[in-house]
Amino acid sequence: MGKWEVVIGLEVHAQLNTNSKIFSGSSTHYGSQPNTQVCTVDAGLPGVLPVLNEQVVYKAIRLGLGINANVALRSVFARKNYFYPDLPKGYQISQYEEPIVGKGHLDVVLEDGSVKRIGITRAHLEEDAGKSIHDGFHGVSGIDLNRAGTPLLEIVSEPDMCTAQEAVAYLKTLHTLVRYLDICDGNMQEGSFRCDANISVRREGEPLGTRAEIKNVNSFRFVERAINYEVDRQIEILENGGKIVQETRLYDAQKNETRSMRSKENADDYRYFPDPDLLPLMVTQKMIDAVKQDLPELPQQKSQRFIEEYQLSRYDASILISDQALAAYFESVVNDMPGQAKLATNWIMGDLSAALNKHGIEITQSPINPSRLAGLLTRISDNTISGKIAKQVFEIMWDDQRGADEIIEAQGLKQVTDTGAIAAIIDKVIIDNPGQVTEYRSGKDKLFGFFVGLVLKASQGKANPGQVNTLLKQKLDNPID
Amino acid sequence: MHNMTLAELSRHLEQGQFSSVELTQHFLNRIEQYDKALNSFISVTAEHALAQAKHADILIRQGKAHPLTGIPIAQKDIFCTEGIKTTCGSKMLDNFIAPYDATVVRKCQEAGLVMLGKTNMDEFAMGSSNENSYYGPVRNPWDLDRVPGGSSGGSSAAVAARLVPAATGTDTGGSIRQPAALCNLVGLKPTYGRISRYGMIAFASSLDQAGPMTRTAEDAALLLEVLSGFDERDSTSLQDPVPKFSQHLNDSLQGLRIGLPKEYFGAGLQPEIAKTLEVACKELEKLGAHIQEISLPRSGLAVSVYYVIAPAECSSNLSRFDGVRFGYRCENPKDLEDLYKRSRAEAFGLEVKQRIMTGTYALSAGYYDAFYGKAQKIRRLICEDYQNAFKEVDMILGPTTTSPAFKLGEKKNDPISMYLSDIYTIPTNLAGLPGISVPVGFVDNLPVGMQLTANYLQEARLLNVAHQYQKVSDWHLRTPNGYEK
Repeated sequence: MGKWEVVIGLEVHAQLNTNSKIFSGSSTHYGSQPNTQVCTVDAGLPGVLPVLNEQVVYKAIRLGLGINANVALRSVFARKNYFYPDLPKGYQISQYEEPIVGKGHLDVVLEDGSVKRIGITRAHLEEDAGKSIHDGFHGVSGIDLNRAGTPLLEIVSEPDMCTAQEAVAYLKTLHTLVRYLDICDGNMQEGSFRCDANISVRREGEPLGTRAEIKNVNSFRFVERAINYEVDRQIEILENGGKIVQETRLYDAQKNETRSMRSKENADDYRYFPDPDLLPLMVTQKMIDAVKQDLPELPQQKSQRFIEEYQLSRYDASILISDQALAAYFESVVNDMPGQAKLATNWIMGDLSAALNKHGIEITQSPINPSRLAGLLTRISDNTISGKIAKQVFEIMWDDQRGADEIIEAQGLKQVTDTGAIAAIIDKVIIDNPGQVTEYRSGKDKLFGFFVGLVLKASQGKANPGQVNTLLKQKLDNPID
Repeated sequence: MHNMTLAELSRHLEQGQFSSVELTQHFLNRIEQYDKALNSFISVTAEHALAQAKHADILIRQGKAHPLTGIPIAQKDIFCTEGIKTTCGSKMLDNFIAPYDATVVRKCQEAGLVMLGKTNMDEFAMGSSNENSYYGPVRNPWDLDRVPGGSSGGSSAAVAARLVPAATGTDTGGSIRQPAALCNLVGLKPTYGRISRYGMIAFASSLDQAGPMTRTAEDAALLLEVLSGFDERDSTSLQDPVPKFSQHLNDSLQGLRIGLPKEYFGAGLQPEIAKTLEVACKELEKLGAHIQEISLPRSGLAVSVYYVIAPAECSSNLSRFDGVRFGYRCENPKDLEDLYKRSRAEAFGLEVKQRIMTGTYALSAGYYDAFYGKAQKIRRLICEDYQNAFKEVDMILGPTTTSPAFKLGEKKNDPISMYLSDIYTIPTNLAGLPGISVPVGFVDNLPVGMQLTANYLQEARLLNVAHQYQKVSDWHLRTPNGYEK
């Protein structure tokens, strides 16, 4: 029997960042008091009618262009009928047979630097439901309709992903894209970017297996874990001779498991039909062209430019462009110190990112702005300080306003490049450690590192490591006396 | 006062022969006197009306009035009225007070019309006899044992009995024109989209259209001018400019081509009605019109198509009545499903339930193509039939109903026969065309109507023909016995 193959398709719900709802003028602001952003239309009162917010159309067109898809000149809103208390009208207005965005694709950079093209089946506009709140009420549920009518773009991928890592890479690429396009704030904690995963497994060469849909996985980490859990679960069932049931499963992040929500047999019949309250949505080529004119440099273009302009690896470029602010920061640093892109990349992706993470802040809030970081890195590249000293300076810079030069000067951290001064330190080290010197000279090469350490320590880290190496080797290998 | 038309009332108010308060009080007195027997109003809003009338009198004195300012009107209880109960004829909404006004209601207010109350109707506008109201049946002032038609039966009975000079109605398959015909009124269903549906509780969204119910075509024109116009709150409302309908009433009918669809004059039509139409055609010919036979080959399919599309849309439109946010909620639900099931089972009437079930079935997976999909295709063919007809003629003339008003209870247990009472009116809704019913005579002392249908946005022409006909006929001047004084 062939190896197991995993087939993954993702449905992403991206909440469009409009000020008002998709079919009413109510605010979409997150986190307000329950039911304070609800008008007669959102509450589904008798007699009210939906009126499409023009902004959502432009945002959908932006996505269509961003994934190289056809934007439909005519699309149709349909009603998806089902009863639930947080669905005020008893139907959700969505798009069914004729979505606004057709087939497209996204090129995803994997960790090994290779690129995989993931197909996108479609993207359609719809309204969000409200929220049911089950905690804190005795024997009843609370309904908060603030979210009801918030515009969503549901982006459906082809089942083109084979591992959890690929799924996460796709998701991150899409996440980056929607923020570049300024159509979604991407805030996963607040549910602005949500993901459902369709997962099945099969033996190599066999037809597609039965799939399970995992609902509502709200962080990249959980997507990876949920998929891995689900794949293991399905393989285990099949290997024990069982069958996979087509069903919807919920991921429980606390227990790291998926569990059944409802099976397909008692699935709702949504009775879709075109919404007679809304005319077909007509988009003109002129609108599409205008949106095209207005698009920023997209992640993929930026990545390609970084690779060419700064000689970055595809993987480094993909990390830097993952966030527009990060990319802008990088470019600003490099502008101040041309030719040092690799050094800038290492520092931004290394020390700076670590410090930002540790303090839980965004790049835009970094206490060290690009020109200060460039100031520091310039001193590494011109050998004024070593990388190790630079880390000290970086930490000081994090907490105060001074530039790198000022700190280096004040703390006397300037690297010692004076050969005589370094030689003097080396001589003292040789004299202070006669036993180790003898051992080294009798063939114990490993001790070289020990001497380097002592010299650097004695220089308080200021001795230029390259020079230390050269001089030390000379002195140890060629005893004058 | 109660026998005056809107145009006459307008003149008298302007000249100060009586005040709006006096006029309003007069009609409120008549409602008090007659409506126990007719049951045409669900709510009478006397206090509200008198306050509006008082304000209207001030505007009239200051010369700031609209021509209809100070004239009483009744709203079908399907239109939401802020702070005033809106029931849609259903137990489901017996406790519902809307927090907003329908566009139709707002426009009437802005014109200074005085709302006397909300009229009775078939529950959620589903019915042709007004027997499907939670508030009891409405009786026809021409014969209290007979139905006033439906679903706008409260409006038609109230205007016919002179309890109010004019009223609004809504028409999904004939619900303005059929009751107008059965009560000797002019009832106009405008082009779909001419009047905003915002605030009008939806039955079948792609068919529903509001319109005026009056005694004369001139009054219909005056009221239609108030009600019409684009509304940004209704995506299906039309942006086309609204003509001054009342200024085209006296246009000449010379050369007007009128078509009689042969399908409308076959079996099923009471011969006496055919005869009244023949006489009317002669009058129209005298006025310069040319009459010819035409064909609407697929009109026979209209009722079947309608009874797929309308229930399908209603099954979805009525989902919001779930006992959660407003309206009726059952006592002590044991869980969510029980809340839904009992709230809906206890508060919807039989006809509404039947249509929800039919519509749900028609939209179900596996049946959609055979029912809803096919019905939409035939609907397009019916539209085509009309467009072909309008290449030959300017207007289509036929009966509004197959018979005059039937007796209460007569068709209650025969839904097919009840559904067929809208056989001539339904095709117009499916095509979205404007149609008008005009009093055209009496059969067995009961009024019958003539239906005229024109192409999109041709309401002015319809009203013009209806008005010219009313100038040479006097059917509309007859008053039901007992309501003259």
